[in-house]
Amino acid sequence: MSLRTPISKVRGQGSAGSGTHHFWMQRVTAVALIPLVIWFLYALLSHMGGSRDEVIAWVSQPIVAVAFVLLLGAGLYHLKLGLQVVIEDYVHGEGMKLVSQLAVTLVTAAVGVASVFAVLKIAL
Amino acid sequence: MAQAKRPVSPHLQVYRWSVTMASSILHRATGVALGAGTLLLAWWLLAAATSDEAYALVQLCMGSVLGQVVMLGFVWALTYHLFNGLRHLVWDMGYGFELKTAQISGWVALVGSGAVTLVLAFVCGGAS
Repeated sequence: MSLRTPISKVRGQGSAGSGTHHFWMQRVTAVALIPLVIWFLYALLSHMGGSRDEVIAWVSQPIVAVAFVLLLGAGLYHLKLGLQVVIEDYVHGEGMKLVSQLAVTLVTAAVGVASVFAVLKIAL
Repeated sequence: MAQAKRPVSPHLQVYRWSVTMASSILHRATGVALGAGTLLLAWWLLAAATSDEAYALVQLCMGSVLGQVVMLGFVWALTYHLFNGLRHLVWDMGYGFELKTAQISGWVALVGSGAVTLVLAFVCGGAS
């Protein structure tokens, strides 16, 4: 006998209330990151050692700037989801768990905003 | 509390190392390491957007021996996480769970990412 209500079965959200959303978004961002990371590896090795003027000229190209924004967006979202699971697995105190989850959310968001702003400032 | 003394699973130290175990642990470890790498990427972009002085500091750090080692580690972590991530996506579709297959794909991720990293380091070292 199941104690779950019919509406909860239909919604399929589970005990955490979010269903498979975390799992699915980790896969969506993973798929997005496949081409972006391959491009980034090429980009990293061909431009990272360059002078500031060279880097600015390169990042100013619209396609490069857009690729960076996509990489940073998908990458930091994927990082947030991954670190969240690591904390769920290893941090057991309720207080520490809350603090570390908050820190991961806020720091990844801040790094994302700052780095995307940097790309836009260079490109625009 | 008595509960604190109870043995808990998993006892990682008593298991014989297997490639599937190593590849799984490395996936998580490289994922966390890439978080630190992302901070470096953000620093590089912000420095390039800010000033010549800020960018010169990044170049000084990245050009040092330690910086080069960190860069090599970052490239390998990214390559390995990509290879092993593809392995996970194949598993998500329901393929590759046979023990032999999982062991072979684990070795492919480990050796493949190492080889790609060496080739990239060689190409980059040759270019600069």
